[in-house]
Amino acid sequence: MSILGTRVLRTEDPKFMTTGGVYTEDLVDERLTGAVYVTFARSPIAHARINGIDTSAVRDSDGVLAVFTAADVTDTATLRGMTRDINQEMTQTLLASDTVRYVGEPVAIVVTEQAYQGEDAADLIDVDYDPLPAVIDLHDAESDKTLLFPEAGSNTAVRYGPPQLDEHLFDDCEVVVSREIVNQRVAPAPMESRSAAAVWGEDGRLVAWIPNQGAQGTRAALAAMLKVSPDKVRIITPDVGGAFGAKFGADPEHALVAWTARRLGRPVRWSETRYENLMGMTHGRGQLQTVTIGGRRDGTVLAYRLEVLQDCGGYPRIGTLLPSLTLLMTPGTYAFAKVESAARSVVTTTTPMGAYRGAGRPEATAAVERAMDLFAAEIGMDPAEVRRRNLLPAFTEPRNNGFGALYDSGDYATALDRALEAAGYGRLRAEQVERRARGDVKALGIGIACYVEITGAGAESGDPHENATVEVHPDGSATILTGTSPHGQGHGTAWAMLASDELGIPVERITVRHGDTDLIPEGGGTGGSRSLQQGGAAVRQASQELLEVARDRAADELEVDARDLRFDVDRSAFTVAGVQQAAVSLADLAGKERLFVRAVFTAPGATFPFGAHVAVVEVDTETGKVELSRLIAVDDAGTILNPLLADGQRHGGIAQGAAQALLEEVVYDADGNPLTASFADYPFLSATEVPSFELVDMQTPTTYNPLGAKGIGEAGTIGATPAVQNAVVDAVSHLGVRHIDMPTSPQTVWRAIVSASEGNA
Amino acid sequence: MQITITVNGQSQTDDVEPRLLLVHYLREWRDLRAANIGCDTTSCGACTVLLDGQSVKSCTVLAVQADGHAVQTVESLAADDGELHPVQQAFRQEHGLQCGFCTPGMIMATVGLLSENPAPTEREVREALEGNYCRCTGYHNIVRAVLAAADAGSDGADAEAAPGIGGRA
Repeated sequence: MSILGTRVLRTEDPKFMTTGGVYTEDLVDERLTGAVYVTFARSPIAHARINGIDTSAVRDSDGVLAVFTAADVTDTATLRGMTRDINQEMTQTLLASDTVRYVGEPVAIVVTEQAYQGEDAADLIDVDYDPLPAVIDLHDAESDKTLLFPEAGSNTAVRYGPPQLDEHLFDDCEVVVSREIVNQRVAPAPMESRSAAAVWGEDGRLVAWIPNQGAQGTRAALAAMLKVSPDKVRIITPDVGGAFGAKFGADPEHALVAWTARRLGRPVRWSETRYENLMGMTHGRGQLQTVTIGGRRDGTVLAYRLEVLQDCGGYPRIGTLLPSLTLLMTPGTYAFAKVESAARSVVTTTTPMGAYRGAGRPEATAAVERAMDLFAAEIGMDPAEVRRRNLLPAFTEPRNNGFGALYDSGDYATALDRALEAAGYGRLRAEQVERRARGDVKALGIGIACYVEITGAGAESGDPHENATVEVHPDGSATILTGTSPHGQGHGTAWAMLASDELGIPVERITVRHGDTDLIPEGGGTGGSRSLQQGGAAVRQASQELLEVARDRAADELEVDARDLRFDVDRSAFTVAGVQQAAVSLADLAGKERLFVRAVFTAPGATFPFGAHVAVVEVDTETGKVELSRLIAVDDAGTILNPLLADGQRHGGIAQGAAQALLEEVVYDADGNPLTASFADYPFLSATEVPSFELVDMQTPTTYNPLGAKGIGEAGTIGATPAVQNAVVDAVSHLGVRHIDMPTSPQTVWRAIVSASEGNA
Repeated sequence: MQITITVNGQSQTDDVEPRLLLVHYLREWRDLRAANIGCDTTSCGACTVLLDGQSVKSCTVLAVQADGHAVQTVESLAADDGELHPVQQAFRQEHGLQCGFCTPGMIMATVGLLSENPAPTEREVREALEGNYCRCTGYHNIVRAVLAAADAGSDGADAEAAPGIGGRA
């Protein structure tokens, strides 16, 4: 029986639970013997001109070996927006040279013998800052009243969508609702902060250990910043303690660690504090959206418009271009007659924005799902019914959504029905009515979100692809090299299952390696929920091709026609039809000559998983406190390889989605000071704030890869966020509340109730 | 300052800076790097170990405060033959870990919890682990793992076979 589709426990686990993972900070490697430590001095001010930096007091501090400022770091690249359509005058030097644009921006490097000494010494650097006005509010930024980059002429980094919106879009509508919606800035906050270790060899090559989501992309980014050829850089990926989109590529700090190692001719290490992490690692989301939705009172939506104002933070990074993904998914699961969307990304004096689990798609779903509820409330119809009337009918042939996304397959109504049935939707509505009739202080809220998202769009140029190498060893074990980059997802187990299923080698005898660019020079890494559908498919393809290579060799070995051989998976050996004794195993063949195959799997395109989430909340109408009591999720990501791992991805994503809806938010004061730069202040989700989740199975295989798999890593943040937010609004809708921005903190909810009672919905 | 700490049954005397944190002492002086540092504010619990049988965040204990005391880290839980402790087994069985960074602390917090409350409810588990953050699992499978470990403990795993469960930490 095939192992595929079964609940296989992770082979990775014993190490993590006994000796612990070996994260970058844990590394013990002889190449790092005598390593010194980098500490970054960071800007304490959001926006200022730097008049001068006095480092003299630092040099006398205990253990200080060197201090570097931008004046020293002259041989590195100037960073610009990642695509040409982003204003190329918005430039960044690795250390701030003349201007700082966010609190936490690196200003100087202190190198010390011991890590502790660096913290003491960095405080002694005296920077003469000439303050400039902070720009925090997005409308303020778009007004260009204060320019972050005067040479750019504007704070707008890029625009997406049509230059002119259709003023007649809503002409045929009986009802039109419009609302500004905040999709707030949040911190990815992986449990492992950023870190690096670097050493240059006598051959002039850099070896850098960096927690990342794709060593090959990290090598490219690091080489570009250091202005060296990528073949001069070897990235080694230690265990990675979570990433969530924020560890793609490399940050200026990583390059500066490598630069310092080259300058001093010594190995150098750096691990940031959580305080630095919350200011220095890219943040996610950060959109101000305006949704307008119109239609008929019978529940038909005729037109929908989404306008996005994206916060780029102080410098244009990946977050600047994520609104293009939001626009790509504008209509979501719906068959609206007319849809349009446009976006504008503006710089502000805050931490730069990057990718965060979902990266542009949760924002699209949040907008349209909130809009659907606004429309439903306006016409007085049940939100489930409004959705049913507007969902695209089920389809199995690729279908263009009008914004450039080619949905491969979908059955959105079935997903919604299953979620509602599992939730007991009718009973919940009845209970809601009863509670309201009784005047209960604890109001019940039910929130729905339908979603479709894009996964496996490909991190490299060309059609989405990934490589894998499978080698069988003479002892009967096997090794897989993959261009994907697990950091918790369980590829070690999943890829072994795929090879085991083909080759008959037990999962525990298959080692999966990744993240060393000398061993695996090409790869797209792990992100955008691409790994199984491309990386996994490549493992299967390589295994199958390996069997064909082995079959020819076995035929020679057994002196029979290859067509008379059959592969006996239980024995991991070729046998000859009708001859019981004649057999040769893969291990035997590997003993004669190395037995390995490298394969590249190429997909015809991205896939579009879909689903529906239902959230149930209780809201204390006197205090505004929200308790998430249930979360029911239907996530159809095609065929499931290992339900243990897939469910784990769903749980984690749902929690992060719920966290954004309920409590997490990065906050700045009007002067640009971060108010959430520690875990004491940033309301990181804990175990008490979520329930156990109710997962409903639905698997519609895709034809885009032989595994039938779509991506599942980000479904949770896409479906759960609006489901929970809608539930909170729904709970207090009878009090006249139509919308509450995230996070739905007690204060926000309470204010919305009070405001509605005063007649301001 | 000179301190003597028994870690996982082994006593050692060291001369340390007064400001040295216990977590740094364990990692740098005793080469026990399973416990991780996830924050600066005693919020995340990635560094949780047992101090005289009680779970503590080792980033909030000075090494000198542990002078004369016994510390237990996750490295000591599995048997010498590699057989996993019931809590470790439960975490594996229930997929209570993904990236693994919070895991050593989460497991030690669980051992500490079950020694005080061998049969917690789901709510009690969630409240006991409120100070141990995890970004990957959404806590769902961690909670299941703790409940499963509690069940395993009450199903006859005696104190000898399951150190840390049943009132013996």
